[in-house]
Amino acid sequence: MVAVVETIAGPEGRGRYRTLVLRRLILIFCLGAALLASIAVDMALGPANYPLSDVLTALFRADTVSDQLRVVIWDIRMPIALMAVTVGASLSVAGAQMQTILANPLASPFTLGISAAASFGAALGLVAGIAVFPVAVQYMVPINAFLMAMVAALFIHFASTMRGVTVETIVLLGIALVFTFNAALSLLEYLASEQALAAVVFWTMGSLTKATWPKVWITGAVLLFALPLFARHAWALTALRLGDDKAASFGINVRRLRLEAMLTVSLLAAIPVSFVGTIGFVGLVGPHIARMLVGEDQRFFLPASVLCGALLLSVTSVVSKMLIPGAVLPIGVITALVGVPFFFVLIFTNRRRAW
Amino acid sequence: MVSLSLEKVGANYGRRVVLADVDTGVLRGGGLTAVIGPNAAGKSTLFKRIAGLTSGPGTVHLSDMAKGPQGICYMPQDTGANAVLTVYESVLLSAKQGSSWKVKDAELAEIDRVLAELRIADLAFRGLGELSGGQRQLVSIAQALVRKPEVLLMDEPTSALDLFRQIEVLGFMKRLSAEAGMAVLIALHDLNHALRYCTDTIVISGGSVVASGATSDVITADMLRAVYRVEARVEACSMGRPVVIVDGSL
Repeated sequence: MVAVVETIAGPEGRGRYRTLVLRRLILIFCLGAALLASIAVDMALGPANYPLSDVLTALFRADTVSDQLRVVIWDIRMPIALMAVTVGASLSVAGAQMQTILANPLASPFTLGISAAASFGAALGLVAGIAVFPVAVQYMVPINAFLMAMVAALFIHFASTMRGVTVETIVLLGIALVFTFNAALSLLEYLASEQALAAVVFWTMGSLTKATWPKVWITGAVLLFALPLFARHAWALTALRLGDDKAASFGINVRRLRLEAMLTVSLLAAIPVSFVGTIGFVGLVGPHIARMLVGEDQRFFLPASVLCGALLLSVTSVVSKMLIPGAVLPIGVITALVGVPFFFVLIFTNRRRAW
Repeated sequence: MVSLSLEKVGANYGRRVVLADVDTGVLRGGGLTAVIGPNAAGKSTLFKRIAGLTSGPGTVHLSDMAKGPQGICYMPQDTGANAVLTVYESVLLSAKQGSSWKVKDAELAEIDRVLAELRIADLAFRGLGELSGGQRQLVSIAQALVRKPEVLLMDEPTSALDLFRQIEVLGFMKRLSAEAGMAVLIALHDLNHALRYCTDTIVISGGSVVASGATSDVITADMLRAVYRVEARVEACSMGRPVVIVDGSL
């Protein structure tokens, strides 16, 4: 099909560019369609074996099905399925923008210590009952997680703006943060009661099973807040990939753009982690898959990152229900088990340079 | 026609003074001005200071034409080789900064025109990472030209180009500046290129201007001895053009 379109478009640059855009839009549409299919399958799977037709009826004509079926689909399965989508999308976009603004393919909320900081903040609340920001105590855990994630993100940001700090230094700082927060987390776990320890372990494994509608709304709202901010700076963020001097020569206030993006990224990374625990793989690999598919023009890279992350976690949610019938395995573990082989296949079969 | 002049312009990196008290006469559009000097003399910093990318004392006087959002364009030495973008996209990126997502046919036609003028249309859909240093330099020039600036500051634009491409690019820039009335400042290391293509020359050494004026008046054996520490002659070649002949270092 591509060859045919190229022939129609002709040899001129603008024709070939329009074809490239069309190809990318088709890819993004396909990702969207795959995501919808994955959500449907995710909602059809569960310990109660309802036929797909019953599930679809419950979805589109909820008043005609039994209360039990309606509750299972709308209050149990749908929040889990949509939580996978919003969390996957948030972490993937956070990773994509961290890789962009730090010019580093290894950057992600997980590898730079932001997830570890969020986990530590949450554990402070779960184990010691310490509120980092002592307001709204009922939301202590997510607020703790967010604030600690913000501290880590800002530390990475300011370190990256110092003279003489290289890309490698940032990765080393991120690894140092991961070790520091993990050590602090281990100390809290050592001191924790059995009940608190179980709660902390739930965090570190990552799980969608405690998804609720309010959590879905909050994660979705943060995503809907962040995406327009990134979309508004699409050209500028893409230009950052040409280097700071080049971006500045285009009239971009590089320092302000980085700070704005980093603050938004910390919000995007912290909120999902505060609800579902540490899910490390999506934020790193989601953007890389998107980059291989559509390149780094943020007008395509941003939606592709959203869809790749959401699809990756949604498929993982399906697999976590299928591996052992009747049991739902922790999604953080399955993400890596499903995602790594897929990522290897993409790397070894993709002939184009991907970073 | 656009004009530019510098008055007591300086720049610091922390406590280190990189540029101090740089004064120039009025540089007018329509020709090339060479900015020459040894390594780390402050040429790139001067360009960044003129473009407003770094702050410092002094005043950059610009005619009204150059004060618009795309009035001054600085073309840095480095251009991203890691970005997963095609040449065409990277040039589009330069043209579209600060504007909407929608790309008009006229904007694409302009990119086609610039790539054709620089004879790199065949590279349009190659990835930036697949290009040689010289090819990336040509792309960088395309990114600058597509912005249609009034003042263009080119930081060693020919350093990675082969001899044919150097002559081609400098000849093209000379024609373009004359046709468009654009003021073009070019940091160069090849003094024979400066003699051949540039009307005026500014010599920077140790963060200060040590000479400026008509190129043939500025590039002299005395200047080369004082600034570059080389024994050299400036003589007319068989075609009557002045050329620098280096006899050795001091």
